Amino acid sequence: MTPDQALEACLRAERGRLLAALIARTGDFQRAEDALQEASASALVHWGRAGVPHSPQGWLLRAALRKAIDGYRREGAASRHQAAMLALGAEEAALPEAPEIPDERLRLIFTCCHPALEERTRVALTLRSLCGLSTAEVAGVFLDAEPTMGQRLSRARAKIASAGIPFAVPGPEAWGERLGSVLTVIYLIFTRGHALGPAADRDLCAEAVFLARMVNDLHPGDAEAMGALALLLLTHARAGARLGPEGQTVPLLQQDRRLWSRDLVKEGTTLLDRALLLRKPGPFQIKAAIAALHVSGDGPDWHQIAALYARLQDYEPGPVVALNHAIALAEATGPEPGLARIESLGPALEGYQPFHAARAEYLSRLGRTADARAAYDRAIALAPSQADRAFLAARRNALPAD
Amino acid sequence: MKYMLLLYGDPALDPTPDSPEFGPWMEEFMTLDSRMAHVAKVLSGEGLQGVETATCLKSRGGKVETMDGPFAEAREHLGGYYLIEAANLDDALTFAAAIPVARTGTVEVRPVMNYG
Repeated sequence: MTPDQALEACLRAERGRLLAALIARTGDFQRAEDALQEASASALVHWGRAGVPHSPQGWLLRAALRKAIDGYRREGAASRHQAAMLALGAEEAALPEAPEIPDERLRLIFTCCHPALEERTRVALTLRSLCGLSTAEVAGVFLDAEPTMGQRLSRARAKIASAGIPFAVPGPEAWGERLGSVLTVIYLIFTRGHALGPAADRDLCAEAVFLARMVNDLHPGDAEAMGALALLLLTHARAGARLGPEGQTVPLLQQDRRLWSRDLVKEGTTLLDRALLLRKPGPFQIKAAIAALHVSGDGPDWHQIAALYARLQDYEPGPVVALNHAIALAEATGPEPGLARIESLGPALEGYQPFHAARAEYLSRLGRTADARAAYDRAIALAPSQADRAFLAARRNALPAD
Repeated sequence: MKYMLLLYGDPALDPTPDSPEFGPWMEEFMTLDSRMAHVAKVLSGEGLQGVETATCLKSRGGKVETMDGPFAEAREHLGGYYLIEAANLDDALTFAAAIPVARTGTVEVRPVMNYG
C-alpha cells in the first residue's frame, strides 16, 4: 500500500474515532478537526519517507495531539491554555506505540446532530465527521459548491465551540428527543442515498446503516435505535431489486423477490421483534414494522399497514404520512374511497411527486384514462430522478388510448 | 459560560392584570431563579416597558439622530432579558424553555462574548 492509500484507508475507517478522541481531549471541535488535518498532511510526508507505521491510527492520534499543542502555541494563547497544553503533552508522552483509542463516537454523533444546528448542517457534519466524507463529497450529496459546504461546516464547528454545545451524550430527561434527532439524521442520509441511487460516489445507504449500527453498538438496548436500524436493513434488503434493466424504478409489488437480500430481511425482522418486546413504541419501530410487512411472505397485509400508518400519524401528523395511509387504505378497501381520500390532500401536496403518482395510479384503475394521463404528466415533471421518470413514463404509455 | 436570553413576544398575547391567568403567569417569572437553579444561575433579568416608550438613536458623522419608537413594524418585540451563567448550551436551553414567554413568543439564546 502506498502512503496515501494507507492514509485514506485509515481515515475512512478511523476518522470518526480519531476525531471524537481529539475533541474529547481538546474540548474544541474546530481545533480537533484542524489538528487531524495537519496530522494527515504530515503523515503523507513521514510515511513516504519511513514507511507506513505499524499502527497508523496511533501515529495519527499522537501527531494530532502534537499539532493541537502547536496550534495553541501559534495563537500565542499559551498562557490561557496552559492547563490544556500540559494535559495534552502528558497524554501524548504516555501514549503507547499502538494505543487502543477509546470510542467516543456516541458523544460525537449527538454533538453533530444537536438541535441547535440546522438540519442540513447536522447531516453534513455527521457525514464529514463520522463517515469520513471529504468536504467535496459532502457538497456532492447536497449538490452544493464545495466552498459553500466548507463554509457551512466551519460555521457549524465555530458555533459548537462558541455557543457551548456540549460534547456529551444527553441525560435521561433529554434522551428521547435528542436520540430522535440523531436517528432522523441517519434516516435522511439513507433516503438521500436512495434518491441519488447507486451511481453516487459514496453509497450513502451503506453509510447510514453503518451509523445506525454504531449507535446500537455503543448504546445497546434502545427500542427506537433498534427500530431505526431494522428499518434501514429491511429497506436496504431490497436495494438489488429497486431498478429494472433500463434503470427505471421498479415498485415494490413488482420487484423480483429473489433479488432481495434474505440475510438483511432476516436481520431486520429479528431486530424489530426484539425492539417490539421492549414495549417502548416509537415512529421508527412503526416504520420498520411497515417495511417488514412489505417484505413478508405472502405479500403485504394492507389492513395492517393502514393501521400502522394511522398510528404513525400520532407521531408525524404531516400530509406525507397521511398520503401513505390513504394509499394503504386504497389497497385494502378499493380505489374509489382511496382516491377521494388522496385527493383531499391535494392542497398540501400539490408539489409532491408521489401524490400525483398515486392519484394517477388510482385514476387509471378506475378507468379515468385522460385524468390519469394528466396526473402522470404532473408526476413526471416533479420526479427527482431519471429512474422515477422512466418508471412513470412507462406507466403513462401503458394507459389505454382514450 | 454566560448566556444572554432575549425575550421576544407579542404583548397582546400576555395575560392582562385583571385576568385569572395573570397571577400564575407572574408567579412563574418570580420563581424561575429557584426552579431552574439546578441548570443555571441568574445574574440579572428585567422586563422592559413597551416599544411605544422606546427611543432609537444613531450618530452619523457627528450628527445625532433620534427616532421615536422601534424602526420596524414587527409583531414580536424585545420585551425583557435574562443574563445567566450555565455550564453549556443544553442547560441554557433548558432554562430558556421554562420562561413563560417561550410558549407564546421566542427566546433567543446568545452566548456572551468572552474577551478574556
